[in-house]
Amino acid sequence: MQLAVLGGFVVAGMAPLLHHWFGARTPLVMALLPASLAAWLLGQWPAVAAGEVLLLEWAWVPGLDITLTFLIDGLAWLFAMLITVIGALVLVYSGEYLRGHRDLPRFLVVITAFMMSMLGLVLADNLVTLFVFWELTSITSYLLIGFNHTDLAARKAALQGLFVTVGGGLALLAGFAMLAVAGDSWSLAELTGRGELLREHALYTPLLVCVLLGAFTKSAQFPFHFWLPNAMAAPTPVSAYLHSATMVKAGVYLLARLHPALGGTDGWVITLSLVGALTMATGAFLAIQHTNVKKLLAYSTVMALGALTMLLGIGTEGALVAFVAFLLAHSLYKGALFMVAGILDHEAGTKDVTAMGGLRRVMPRTAAVAGVAALSLAGLPPLLGFVGKELMFASVLEASAWRPLILLLAFTAAFLTLAVAAIVALRPFFGAPRETPRVPHEAPHGMLAGPALLALLSLTFGLAPGLLDPLVRATVAGIGTGAGAEVHLALWHGVNLPLLLSLASLLLGLLAYRHWDRLRAWLARLEPLMARGPEAGYEALMAGLVTVAEWQTRMLQNGHIRNYLVVTLLVLVGLVGHALFFRHTFTLDFVLAVYFHEAVVAGLMIAGAVAACVMRSRLAAVAALGVMGFSIALTFVLFSAPDLAITQLLVETLTVILLVLVLFRLPRFATLSTPTERLRDLAVANLTGGLITLLMLAVLSGERLPRISDYMVANSQPLGHGHNIVNVILVDFRALDTLGEMFVLALAAIGVYAMLRFHAEAYDARHQAPSRERDDG
Amino acid sequence: MEPLMAITIGVLFAAAIYMMLRRSIVKLVIGLMLLSNAANLLIFATAGMVRGAPPLVPQGLTAPEGAVADPLPQALVLTAIVIAFGVLSFAVVLVRRAWEIVRADDLDKMKDTDT
Repeated sequence: MQLAVLGGFVVAGMAPLLHHWFGARTPLVMALLPASLAAWLLGQWPAVAAGEVLLLEWAWVPGLDITLTFLIDGLAWLFAMLITVIGALVLVYSGEYLRGHRDLPRFLVVITAFMMSMLGLVLADNLVTLFVFWELTSITSYLLIGFNHTDLAARKAALQGLFVTVGGGLALLAGFAMLAVAGDSWSLAELTGRGELLREHALYTPLLVCVLLGAFTKSAQFPFHFWLPNAMAAPTPVSAYLHSATMVKAGVYLLARLHPALGGTDGWVITLSLVGALTMATGAFLAIQHTNVKKLLAYSTVMALGALTMLLGIGTEGALVAFVAFLLAHSLYKGALFMVAGILDHEAGTKDVTAMGGLRRVMPRTAAVAGVAALSLAGLPPLLGFVGKELMFASVLEASAWRPLILLLAFTAAFLTLAVAAIVALRPFFGAPRETPRVPHEAPHGMLAGPALLALLSLTFGLAPGLLDPLVRATVAGIGTGAGAEVHLALWHGVNLPLLLSLASLLLGLLAYRHWDRLRAWLARLEPLMARGPEAGYEALMAGLVTVAEWQTRMLQNGHIRNYLVVTLLVLVGLVGHALFFRHTFTLDFVLAVYFHEAVVAGLMIAGAVAACVMRSRLAAVAALGVMGFSIALTFVLFSAPDLAITQLLVETLTVILLVLVLFRLPRFATLSTPTERLRDLAVANLTGGLITLLMLAVLSGERLPRISDYMVANSQPLGHGHNIVNVILVDFRALDTLGEMFVLALAAIGVYAMLRFHAEAYDARHQAPSRERDDG
Repeated sequence: MEPLMAITIGVLFAAAIYMMLRRSIVKLVIGLMLLSNAANLLIFATAGMVRGAPPLVPQGLTAPEGAVADPLPQALVLTAIVIAFGVLSFAVVLVRRAWEIVRADDLDKMKDTDT
């Protein structure tokens, strides 16, 4: 399976080549990949249904305990199935939707890469592997939202989605690290069995916050919900696939996966159920204000994601069953509805539901599919959506914390969603026909096949929800703490409170639909309030980031080399000094054994260096440098380094001649700095010099390690056939260094030659004319 | 000798950094020279300073008799001296050219690409 997923990335990369071979049929060919993966998964079903947990081991970085092990249990199987099946349908669909589009190969590359990333995400057993795939889905999502890269709004939405999800990803990485430390394992299979340990651990609260931040941003929970509707700038197949059926569910998947490990505490229950309920209500409330069919669906996706989070927060056995049913129902109807929205856009040329009407006459099949899917969205019998909604209401009634508030929010969301479903399914297809930008006609089979199949599944599972029992049981076993619960889904539960709530929401929803235009006009008055929502916060944050970046660039990258030097040196002194004094037992333990002439040589060096700094004449400064250089040569003579002494003497002589010749024509030193600046520089210089002295003393008083040069001393004559060991090292033991040195010298020589050849007169002649013109202007 | 050298090297480094913080480009070059000399001395002295025992193998023997000065730092410093000279000659010519074109010795007047 790992090979299949990694190979899938290769197939993704080959899309342009495949497109060269198969032309417009490429999407169909590529759909074989997810289809065959789905077939393989189907083959694993008996084992998964029996409650087995398949672990496919694969070492990746064994030293760091990072594996590419895949974990297949009910939860992973359900998600993987959704990804592969809807993936195949979306590929077929996009073949028609983007027929003839010149960027079709690019689209196929990215969407296939996304598919594989998502598959890796839900199958990964290792936290690091999961994180890598998690970020890959964010990146591929960025590329897909910005698919129409010539459109400014698309680019902006893509960047916004990326910032929000990757920002959350950063928090998630920290959360995972803490999770691994607290649970002493990187493996999800092991961590889920250590819930007791994790919940008692001191790191529990910070790691929960970080993990929730990651999951909430990815799954567009309040207050991060704003990026998802903006992501609708993507082509419709992308919206159907990434931004309703799969990627945005990654956060929910993670929460479900970690439910046994982290769930059940007060923090978990209250945060998830409140945030989820709030997201539900916000999504549904914002949906109703839009007339763009994709925005309507996007906000209702936000609502559904909120519902899923809330159900995980409630966390009772019933809520988990509701979670699975709702998840499946949502993926089926929302995928179908998005594809229908794409058909409308493609065939009628508009996304505005108020601009369409009576389309059922020209596109009856699309209307039928839309009707079935919308019934499921509305949560009406006999569809799977109804089963999901009933279970959801039943779970809310079981909620342990804040029950009335959650119930109110969930109920509001439910009736507004019903209105949204009515708007999407009725507005475009019924009523008087309207002029649309394109003359509408029925969609091609390739585009209808996907939504029709999904709608059919919604209907089948709605009529016979018992078919889903084994799947729900296997999945809940992966999420819940106790396995093997008796699960039975049914369409009809008798007259009970959830049913009454459904009826009430039906009435209110229809009422809202009837007065939608008036409702919208009324809500438009809230616009100024909306402008201060979380998205405004995001904009302010981004603007603030830019301001801070500009400020610190002006401060730090100000073009003054000495400022860079001062900052670098002070950091060096601070860090090394700290380590030297606080981390190192620092003893000054040495005997000063110096002959008089040696002290004189050292004194000459110091005098030469200081004189070179304070001399006001250039020639005197060069002479002082010479004094220092020759004293260094003397030091080499005195301390057994004849080769160094010869080289230093030669180089020093050449240096002095060069400086005198070249610098002779330069102006005299002028006083350019203020006394304060000089004092500051002196302080920095002395600090650094002092640190070097201390470091060297620390090194000298420390223990000597065995020297590599002993080998060179012993083998210089036998192996190198030379009596001067330094020479043998240069031309033999470390000959490559010498070769590099020769290259440096050659480059310097070429540079010097080029600069001397390039006469200033020639430069002036070429640049004088334009500069004079500029002066005149 | 090493403790005395440690102080000497510290002074050399301080002088080098002070000169590199000047606005005059010629002083910057002087600072660079001081810095390379200081670094060479640091490597040489840290390896231990030995009087009168150059790393030479006497004729007819395969290894020196008794301890000799560490040859490896000497080889490294030798390379460094030559490279420092290469860099210096390049820098000096560069300064000269810059002055011919910009007619300024002040680094603050060379911040922009417009001349």
